[in-house]
Amino acid sequence: MEIILSIAIGVMTTCGVWLLLRPRTYQVIIGLSMLSYAVNLFIFGVGGVKTNVPPLLGDDVATSTLADPVPQALVLTAIVIGFATTALFLVVLLASRGLTGTDHVDGRGDRK
Amino acid sequence: MNGWAHHLIIAPVLLPLAAAAILLFIDERSRMAKGLVSLAAALLLVVISFVLFRIESGPNDFEGVYLLGNWMAPFGIVLVLDALSALMLLLTSLLGLAALVYSLARWHTVGAHFHTMFQLLLMGVNGAFLTGDLFNLFVFFEVMLAASYGLLLHGSGPLRVKAGMHYIAVNLAAALLFLIGVSLIYGTTGTLNMADLAARIPEIEPDRRMLMEAGAGVLGIAFLIKAGMWPLCFWLPTAYSAASAPVAGVFAILSKLGIYVILRLTMLLFGDGPSAGFGANVLLYGGIATLIFGIIGVLASQALGRLAGFSVLVSSGTLLMVLGINDGAVSSGALLYLVSSTLTIGAFFMLIELVERGQDAGAAVLAVTMEAYGDADEDEPEEGDGVTMPGTMAILGTCFAACGILLAGLPPLSGFVAKFAMLSAMMGTGAIGVPPTAAVWTLVVLVILSGVASLIAMTRAGIRTFWGSIEGTVPRVLVIEIVPVMFLLSLTLALTVQAGPAMQYMDTTIRTLANPSVYIDAVRNATVIGDYDDQSKSTGEGAD
Repeated sequence: MEIILSIAIGVMTTCGVWLLLRPRTYQVIIGLSMLSYAVNLFIFGVGGVKTNVPPLLGDDVATSTLADPVPQALVLTAIVIGFATTALFLVVLLASRGLTGTDHVDGRGDRK
Repeated sequence: MNGWAHHLIIAPVLLPLAAAAILLFIDERSRMAKGLVSLAAALLLVVISFVLFRIESGPNDFEGVYLLGNWMAPFGIVLVLDALSALMLLLTSLLGLAALVYSLARWHTVGAHFHTMFQLLLMGVNGAFLTGDLFNLFVFFEVMLAASYGLLLHGSGPLRVKAGMHYIAVNLAAALLFLIGVSLIYGTTGTLNMADLAARIPEIEPDRRMLMEAGAGVLGIAFLIKAGMWPLCFWLPTAYSAASAPVAGVFAILSKLGIYVILRLTMLLFGDGPSAGFGANVLLYGGIATLIFGIIGVLASQALGRLAGFSVLVSSGTLLMVLGINDGAVSSGALLYLVSSTLTIGAFFMLIELVERGQDAGAAVLAVTMEAYGDADEDEPEEGDGVTMPGTMAILGTCFAACGILLAGLPPLSGFVAKFAMLSAMMGTGAIGVPPTAAVWTLVVLVILSGVASLIAMTRAGIRTFWGSIEGTVPRVLVIEIVPVMFLLSLTLALTVQAGPAMQYMDTTIRTLANPSVYIDAVRNATVIGDYDDQSKSTGEGAD
């Protein structure tokens, strides 16, 4: 389970960084989304990987098996904020496309 | 500080939030109403932060801890007011007021929701200065960033959209690094409360320490991007010079926010224990590199906007370098430098737009470029109505000269006092008879060189602007545009006149920061109000 999770985070981060460094705005935004998924998984992972345990204390739940609720709260906040800022970036991307007529990050077309 | 006065701690966050919400309901066409609401909120914010500042500058060291939602400290989020955050709040509110008044002349009319975003920016910055919780810091950082994205794009135009896109991409990536850092720190220490962290970090097991330090390093990079440390700073001059004048003016505080967080966290978390001095070398050498890059940039800049942008880097570099040597006396000089340079750069950004209005040659080229892109109307706001300033050129010239003196650190203004305090403390480090080390000599030389570079660049720009322009017309400058600039510059004059008390305040601040146990105890001993039902609330979440 830990291996799968860490491989997933690694692959997504790799793809995200590569896309972030590409010259097209659409690739950049997909890269940023991939990176934010990777980071969200990572935050989720620091609480320890546990299956089938609740994040709430109850009478029949021992504190040693309890899933840590804090990373879950953190990841929720991070998802919301990441979603909002990505949406905002999308608007800027479209504005840039409209103003410059190209989707290059520097507003330059391909001149060969 | 009891009763209602205690609730003043949260007022710098709530007031701009409430003002921003009210502003949303006012129609975009009634600009006067919007401006008045925003102005009233900014004025009230100055009053509140001044009251908080007075409380902090009182005779006894006071740490105001505000428990949000009445939750006990490590479980709930706390706001902490200490001497440093009170100082930064006051600085923010004064800069914010000046930029807002400036924008009322014409800039606030060129796009929608200027005032709302401006208030939200103030809210994010104030919250980041006040919070005592790492994840809450992230939330306030994002509020501030989201508002700054909108403000940077205010006025539109291809230049701003391009700079804004780079700015947003860089800061989104930085926010992700922030999250990685925070979660690594949480994973290794089990807490996000800064005071709790400071208490736990010396006792952390050795096998986890490296992971915690890696987390702190990643977190630090997020703030260094904001502060503009080389090589993370290439976005900064472009973004700042593309922003509209009042926005660039208020952005002067944003890079200082990065510096503030680094100062706060290094003093609190890495003051002593096995991790003491963590990251100091990175700050020192990074600061040196930033300063050199800034000096070259200042000398190479042709446009005034870029010159101001690189001045931000010079100021950041100096501050980072000083944080790297981590010496009490030097740091208190640096704190004065921080205040002085923020005011200067804020005033300078606003002044530039007024000065460039008179330069026909440059403006004509710009207009042609804009027409080629087909949106000349969008970029330039129409001329505002109001009283024109008499003796425009004389006043503009005097303000420009004052900015030059402040940036270069020449007497008689506060730039000199601050640099002198830093340099004399650097020369005096170590025991009597022991000369300063090579590293310190490098710093001394670089600080002086940066002053010389600023002086050369400002003199050259001044000659070209005020004496060398052949066809330049006298710009039409309104009173409410030049008064904020003069207000900020007169604050630096006040800092010079009151240099003694100011330095004393900075000294006390640094001494309190160097003794983190005061902060930790204040947060840990904060008591909840009323009856506290321990059974039902003790399992609460740490942050949200």
